[in-house]
Amino acid sequence: MKGIRAEMKLAPNLFKNPELKATRAGFGSAMTALGESDENVVALCADLSGSLKLGDFISKWPDRFFQSGVAEQNMVNMAVGLALSGKIPFATSFGVFMPMRTLDQIRISVCYNNANVKLAASHTGITVGPDGATHQVLEDIAVMRVLPKMKVIVPADAIETEKATISAAKIDGPVYLRFGRQNAPVYTTKDTPFEIGKINKLRDGKDVAIVACGVMVYISLLAAEELSKNGIEASVLNCHTIKPIDTEALIKAAKECGAVVTAEEHQKSGGLGSAVAEVLVESENVPMKIIGIEDRFGESGESDELMEKYGLTSTNIVKAVKNVLKRK
Amino acid sequence: MNPHHFDIDTLTFTAKEIRGDILRMLEKAGSGHPGGSLGMADIFTALYFNILNHSPEDPLWPERDRVVLSNGHICPVLYATLARAGYFDLEELKTLRVLGSRLQGHPSRLDLPGIETSAASLGQGLSISVGMALAARLDKEKHKIFALLSDGELQEGSSWEAANAAAKWQLDNLIAVVDRNNIQIDGNTEDIFPLEPLRDKFEAFNWIVLEINGNDMEQILQVFESALKMKGRPICIIAHTTPGKGISFMENKYEWHGIAPSRIEMMEGLAELRLEEVAYERN
Ligand SMILES: Cc1ncc(C[n+]2csc(CCOP(=O)(O)OP(=O)(O)O)c2C)c(N)n1
Ligand SMILES: [Mg+2]
Repeated sequence: MKGIRAEMKLAPNLFKNPELKATRAGFGSAMTALGESDENVVALCADLSGSLKLGDFISKWPDRFFQSGVAEQNMVNMAVGLALSGKIPFATSFGVFMPMRTLDQIRISVCYNNANVKLAASHTGITVGPDGATHQVLEDIAVMRVLPKMKVIVPADAIETEKATISAAKIDGPVYLRFGRQNAPVYTTKDTPFEIGKINKLRDGKDVAIVACGVMVYISLLAAEELSKNGIEASVLNCHTIKPIDTEALIKAAKECGAVVTAEEHQKSGGLGSAVAEVLVESENVPMKIIGIEDRFGESGESDELMEKYGLTSTNIVKAVKNVLKRK
Repeated sequence: MNPHHFDIDTLTFTAKEIRGDILRMLEKAGSGHPGGSLGMADIFTALYFNILNHSPEDPLWPERDRVVLSNGHICPVLYATLARAGYFDLEELKTLRVLGSRLQGHPSRLDLPGIETSAASLGQGLSISVGMALAARLDKEKHKIFALLSDGELQEGSSWEAANAAAKWQLDNLIAVVDRNNIQIDGNTEDIFPLEPLRDKFEAFNWIVLEINGNDMEQILQVFESALKMKGRPICIIAHTTPGKGISFMENKYEWHGIAPSRIEMMEGLAELRLEEVAYERN
């Protein structure tokens, strides 16, 4: 486990059959914890409560759950009303339906009011799989991060999702949380630090900084292992908070490594890579490469087939690093 | 003209075959939505094999009636019906949801001829149908627009914006069919988010409302025949269907909204359909 930073307290079986769990599972358990600890926390869902893992919350606090039916726009604004009356509402759906269908409500009623609404979206990205393009939101980070007052968090695994959800409830104002459908490695631990807006540098390396979010963090760690065999040492930064972005950590990494590769399960334009580029272009303008979806819709297929087809693989990260290093 | 124009017996048998296709497709894909697909098999069969003016060899024939499937998740029934009606080979049904297939998990207009509009996000099809009905009127074209909707998607406000619009323009070339099966993902529609009194709502929106048992072929044919003659207002057919129809262990169970049958369940379902016996008896 060369380069892995001890203070990150990652699971010892990081590269040896880590447990697999969908990030949305961490959301379910966090909601149960929040239900216990703060009676102002309420939940809303638009006919997808099983997929959002809200079963436990609903059975424990049926009065604090509001089933909106298939009506996301109404759900978001009901959440606004609840928030403006002192509640801490979590509005939930699939990413394609919320935020995408409810953008106006989110812009004016959530953000312009600075309402204390938490938007939790599952089934984001290409890993949604067989349901196909209609269900694979690849634009949500872009449209959420451009909104004033909105914070955007993309947790890397189920445990981090739990922490992100609980942290989101503790701060005032709008937060967008992005989860996945598919099982993914759980490799952070309860002792791994988490603070909204703070990058976690998981691996130390001097040659290149790989900045990733969501499922791409683990894949970046695999790429770093592979690179290490070729004598290239990569830092791996888990940039779970896309907004507010950790400017300081990004500039530091760019200075130390002199080259940056970003990786996300999202359109190339407007997402994590763009956010990182916006920071670096104004301060530490190093060679950079953005890995993401190349301006197209997804399609039906198994998650891993799609990740392969759309180039969201450790092999592709390794290739991108080698290319970016030539521009150093 | 409808290229097939089957009689009631043949339609009923074809609907059964389509139910068999749906079971096989979903089992192979390992995911998808059987409840609504099976429940709507009779209506799809009646449309494509008797009612619609369409041309499977020329899917973009300008005079065709338009079928807008708004609740795209029941596309297995659409794909199976299109294949049996001659739009493409039955073999292709096996590729549902597979990487590279034209049969995407939810309908993709750019991939498959015969699909009028890509769909999946609920509450959008009726608005698109209103647009098509306006265009047909503008161009003095005679074709009809059939908007196929689910009950769950009537919870979307946008469905009612469209309902209002259709009434504003008195679109009598628009026939909406609501699959009133009383299920959605989280449970039974009336428990999750009540829609009743649904008939009164459409009537209050200035629609003509007709109600049928959507699994009774005779009633289906009759209702379409009379709807096609009605004038002056948009027409809503509330079709009371049994979700999972024909497969006893799936019937009326919301849990079958969106999971695929296992191999054993598929075999049980196919046995219940008795396709071969019925085919033999028909001869
Ligand atoms: C705008 C939107 N929100 C949520 C969904 C997720 N979803 C897919 S099917 C469905 C249930 C809707 O009920 P209905 O269409 O009546 O389902 P069925 O009768 O086929 O079981 C939901 C909520 C969606 N497709 N679109
Ligand atoms: Mg229904």
